Amino acid sequence: MEALYETWPWYVSGFLIAAVMLCLIWFGKTFGMSSNLRSLCSIAGAGKLVPFFDFDWKSQRWNLVVIAGAMLGGFVATHYLSSPTNVDLNPRTIEQLAQMGIDAPQGKLLPDAVFGAQAMTSPKMIAILVVGGILIGFGTRYAGGCTSGHAITGLSNLQLPSLKAVIGFFIGGLIMAHFLLPLIF
Amino acid sequence: MLKALKYLIVGFVFGIVLTKSEAVSWYRIYEMFQFQSFHMYGIIGVAVVVGLIGVQIIKRTNAKDIKGEPIVIADKEPGSARYWIGGLIFGLGWALAGSCPGPIFILIGAGFWPLLLTLAGALIGTFLYGVIKDKLPH
Repeated sequence: MEALYETWPWYVSGFLIAAVMLCLIWFGKTFGMSSNLRSLCSIAGAGKLVPFFDFDWKSQRWNLVVIAGAMLGGFVATHYLSSPTNVDLNPRTIEQLAQMGIDAPQGKLLPDAVFGAQAMTSPKMIAILVVGGILIGFGTRYAGGCTSGHAITGLSNLQLPSLKAVIGFFIGGLIMAHFLLPLIF
Repeated sequence: MLKALKYLIVGFVFGIVLTKSEAVSWYRIYEMFQFQSFHMYGIIGVAVVVGLIGVQIIKRTNAKDIKGEPIVIADKEPGSARYWIGGLIFGLGWALAGSCPGPIFILIGAGFWPLLLTLAGALIGTFLYGVIKDKLPH
């Protein structure tokens, strides 16, 4: 039972993520989280302005239920299954973060320096989250998928376009993490 | 209602796994892009290998879905520019905000309200793509 509270090992987690994907395929659907962003735009009425959002989002309601379940799962895991030993990073990473003024996890999922109450009074941190979100939303829709749709589903199905997208994800991520984040923080 | 329940359960498991594996953690994404831990690569790698085996079994046995219809896993549209450029743009955001679309929702569910800003950004970004999509190379 203790193991439930600790960080779940990568092989257990990877296996369960594949199981989630295969379940959705068995249900006759597909595993892709970023599509929900398009549905939400349509629900908000974007279809009246832009044809891309004028589609039958109700046919995608099942995916909104998946994401609702995921939110519930996040709530339960964070509130009832967490432990102060969580997010045990490489000590080198912690040192590097300290140099950028970012606090060590000590069991937290998110750094206070970016997501804490104090940070939420800083226009810079707010801009980081909003701009990050814009890049995520624009990029995933342009690429036609995110980590779930391309990295997991696409690569599992040996799709060359997904391989290109995933290489793109990592080029972008590495540029941000190595060159841009040190300038931003 | 019962039909919706199975999606809720699958989503619930997904949310628990992503939280307990810490794939939703800003820290883990940073650590991954610094190549300072195998953890995230292990998660994605195992998911792909197990997924690959599952997809091959589905294809070779002509498996049926829950309604008894043949399972068809759609191929991704051919193309290059959209995957390279779109992928790169998403990667920049992934490392900047430290979350991808699934975790944005999962963290909001967990009560991390600042992620509402990331979600708002992601909706704006999705909307912008819809506005200029016909002008972009795909």
